[in-house]
Amino acid sequence: MSILGTRVVRTEDPVFLTRGATYTDDLTDERLTGALHLTLVRSPIAHATITSIDVDAAKDAPGVVAVFTGADCDLAPMLGFPAAHKAMLRPFLAVDRVRYVGEAVAAVLTEEAYQGEDAAELVDVDYEPLDVVVDMKEALKDEVLLFPEAGTNLVSGMHLNKEGRPEDFFADCEVVVSKEIVNQRVAAAPLETRAATAFWGEDGRCTLFLSTQNAQAARDEVAGWMGIEPSQLHVILPDVGGGFGAKIGADPEFALVGWLSKKVGRPVRWNESRSENMTGMVQGRGQVQTITIGGDRDGTVKAYSLEVVADAGAYPRLGVALPMFTRMMAPGTYDIPKVWSTASVVATNTTSTAAYRGAGRPEATQAIERAMDLFADAIDMDPAELRKRNVVRPEKFPFTTKGGAEYDTGEYAKAIDLALKAADYDGLRAEQKRRREAGDPLQLGIGVSSYVEITGGGAFVENATVQVHEDGTVTVLTGTSPHGQGHATAWAMLASEQLGIDVDKITVKHGDTDLIPKGAGTMGSRSLQTGGIAVHHAAIDLVELAKQRAADVLEANVEDLVVADGSVQVKGTGAAVSLAELAGREELKAFHEWDAKKPTFPFGAHVALVEVDVESGKATVERIWAVDDAGPILNPLIFDGQRHGGIAQGIAQAMLEEVMWDEEGQPLTGTFADYGIPSAAELPSFDLVTMETPTTINTLGYKGIGEAGTIGSCPAVHNAVIDAVSHLGVEHIDMPLTPMRVWAAISEAAK
Amino acid sequence: MIPVGFDYERPQTVDAAIALLAEHGDGATVLAGGHSLLPVMKLRLAAPEIVIDIGRLAELNYIRVDGDEVAIGAATRYRDLVISDVLAAECALLPAVARTVGDPQVRHRGTLGGAIAHADPAGDLPAAVLALDGTVVLRSPRGERKVPITEFYTGVFSSVKEPDELVVEIRVPRTGATGWAYEKFTRRSNDWAIVAVAVATMPDGATHLGLVNMGGTPLRASATEAALAEGKSIEEAAALAAEGTEPPTDSHGTPEYRNHLVTVLAKRALKTASA
Repeated sequence: MSILGTRVVRTEDPVFLTRGATYTDDLTDERLTGALHLTLVRSPIAHATITSIDVDAAKDAPGVVAVFTGADCDLAPMLGFPAAHKAMLRPFLAVDRVRYVGEAVAAVLTEEAYQGEDAAELVDVDYEPLDVVVDMKEALKDEVLLFPEAGTNLVSGMHLNKEGRPEDFFADCEVVVSKEIVNQRVAAAPLETRAATAFWGEDGRCTLFLSTQNAQAARDEVAGWMGIEPSQLHVILPDVGGGFGAKIGADPEFALVGWLSKKVGRPVRWNESRSENMTGMVQGRGQVQTITIGGDRDGTVKAYSLEVVADAGAYPRLGVALPMFTRMMAPGTYDIPKVWSTASVVATNTTSTAAYRGAGRPEATQAIERAMDLFADAIDMDPAELRKRNVVRPEKFPFTTKGGAEYDTGEYAKAIDLALKAADYDGLRAEQKRRREAGDPLQLGIGVSSYVEITGGGAFVENATVQVHEDGTVTVLTGTSPHGQGHATAWAMLASEQLGIDVDKITVKHGDTDLIPKGAGTMGSRSLQTGGIAVHHAAIDLVELAKQRAADVLEANVEDLVVADGSVQVKGTGAAVSLAELAGREELKAFHEWDAKKPTFPFGAHVALVEVDVESGKATVERIWAVDDAGPILNPLIFDGQRHGGIAQGIAQAMLEEVMWDEEGQPLTGTFADYGIPSAAELPSFDLVTMETPTTINTLGYKGIGEAGTIGSCPAVHNAVIDAVSHLGVEHIDMPLTPMRVWAAISEAAK
Repeated sequence: MIPVGFDYERPQTVDAAIALLAEHGDGATVLAGGHSLLPVMKLRLAAPEIVIDIGRLAELNYIRVDGDEVAIGAATRYRDLVISDVLAAECALLPAVARTVGDPQVRHRGTLGGAIAHADPAGDLPAAVLALDGTVVLRSPRGERKVPITEFYTGVFSSVKEPDELVVEIRVPRTGATGWAYEKFTRRSNDWAIVAVAVATMPDGATHLGLVNMGGTPLRASATEAALAEGKSIEEAAALAAEGTEPPTDSHGTPEYRNHLVTVLAKRALKTASA
């Protein structure tokens, strides 16, 4: 029986659940003996010129070994995204200007960690405050410039649609609805905050222990910032405690840690506090969207327009790229004849933006799914029915959309039907009707979403090495390193399937750039369909190699050999030689580089049920039914775990989370007391419905599941809350759907 | 997230604690459960020179009937309020309110006296004790004094407690097992209340309402209480719950929203209490 598709319990978990993982800050590597601790002095002001910095008192503080400012740092300021305006450079320590609260201004190195904060308080920085711009649309006016030398806050015109929207775009539509909606800024807030530790060896190489989602890219990026060859940098990832996209690549602090270690000739450790993380780590989303949808009263959607303003934060990072995905996925699951989109990316005096679970695609889904509900409302049609009428038909796949994506496989209407059936949609609508007629203070809302997303986009290539050792154990090397996803179990299953060796004997290694020089990491739900498929093929290659060698040992034809239970056997004879024995004779190892060439497009549909207390405005998510189709399921336990986490984060964006600043750019959500991280108590149980439609781009049919839950649940819940109060005249409420906002919307509609 | 350096003392008696307070005055801070104090110290919003830990003083950990009142030691943990048979029978509002504080870890550490002394207008217990017309017992080298909680609070995080005084006991009337309600409104289960309303039925039959987060101190809904005393309906009385309040503005609520919310919660709490 195949191990693929079975609920193998995660081999990672016993250590995580008992002793605990070993994160970067937990390392006890002897080469770190005598390490200094880095504390960064961070700007308390959102926009200011620095008139002076006095570090004398800090240098005299107990335990202080050195204090550095921007004037001391010879690392060349970096451009955090290649296509950003070339003048939008970020120094590793601020020199004459700060552009957001939390920007690093000085570096304090102390013998002990606890001495750092005391000394950092003694660094005396004089700031001359400048006007602050936090609001994206205000920033677009270029009245307050973050980079006067750039002459504009527009970070990139790469997403601007050079062809304007035709004047007659909606001319053939009976009904047109338009709305400006906000996809708010959210924080990834991984439980392990950012960390980096560096030492330089006698060979002149720097070793950097990092908390990141991709060791190899971090190596290349940090080496570039440090002005050294990537070969001079050895990046090692200890356990990584969550990333959610915010740990893709490297952060400037990583290069600073390496530079400081060189400068003082001692190992340097850095692990930020939660407070630092809430302003220092890149954040996700942050778009203002104008959605316009048009069509006929019979439920035919004919035209859709999406105009996006995206927030880059103070310094451009990966967030600059993400509107590309938002535009590409604009039409969602729908076969809309006319789709037009454009996007501007703008700098503001806030924390930089980058990827967060879904990274550009949830923003597209939220927009089109709100648009579909607005249109359904305008033509008085059931929103589920409207969706089913407009989704891409199964016979049209592969389907090239007006967004420019080529959807591989999908059965969107079937997914909607499965979700509706699981939810007893008609029953829910009947109960909703009953409560509306009774004037119940607890109203029901039912929200539907239909979604499709891209996984494995961009980085199509991944490699794996599978080696059998003479003791019968197996090592798998992978270029995609996990930060909670369960690669150790999943990759062992894929190797076990080919080798017939138990998963307990298979060790998966990752995240060491000397051991595994190439790799693209874990992001964009790419790992299984790239790294996993590479393991699958490497294991097959190893089986073929073993057969070639066993043919000599067993004096048999290769065609007569099969590999089972860890040995090469001659069919029908009982003659066999174990893979371990073959490994004892000669290294038994196979390397495979897999190029998927294309992304895949997982899809699904969610139905959410919410209860809204119309007197207080409080909405509670009661149930969610989720169909998430990412092709065949390798391990249902891990698959459902990804869905659980994803759904939780999608619900949390809809209901709770929002990074906020006041008009002066002061963060209002700097701790977990203020920022709406959800707990189990805020979430319902999840009803998961299985649907498996393989992709055609790899032999196992796998797509990615990491982000699907987030992308599907957020619009379903958003739509549900508005549905609950739509009979009171409410058309739209921006996320997060706080009690005050819901109450205010009801009050406003009543006027 | 590392506090400024401080000295730490763990006196073995209340008298020793008071002596330390007298010695160090404004530079001293009392630590009981630590769930309010330690976070602000870690954020460097507070930097006491000395922390006096009274959390383990057995003589401050009790719940007992004393005449017409229940006397509760200041270092009694929320958890002990929640599971107290005495309170379940004699003043059931308090355990019900304590049950809504934070999460189990917080409730096993945080203390009633700490909550009262901290004077956080968003705290649950101060408003409950206020609804009950409770008494705060303070001790200093100058002796002991009893301050009605209606006269205890002077503003946000401030009270009439002198720097050398220690909250040693909270006294509440024996209001019994019924006639109470607590409506706490939060976004997340373990958040501070955006607004909350505590209702107590007093031994003389009067209905009292304590309000959380409707001003700089815990407040009573005096207009509502007066309306109820005049025999007005719950709906009529609850509609007056915001009168005389000055609710704060934050990301969870404008004053306008809180003024609305308090009437909704008052109505619900009164209905529950009278059911």
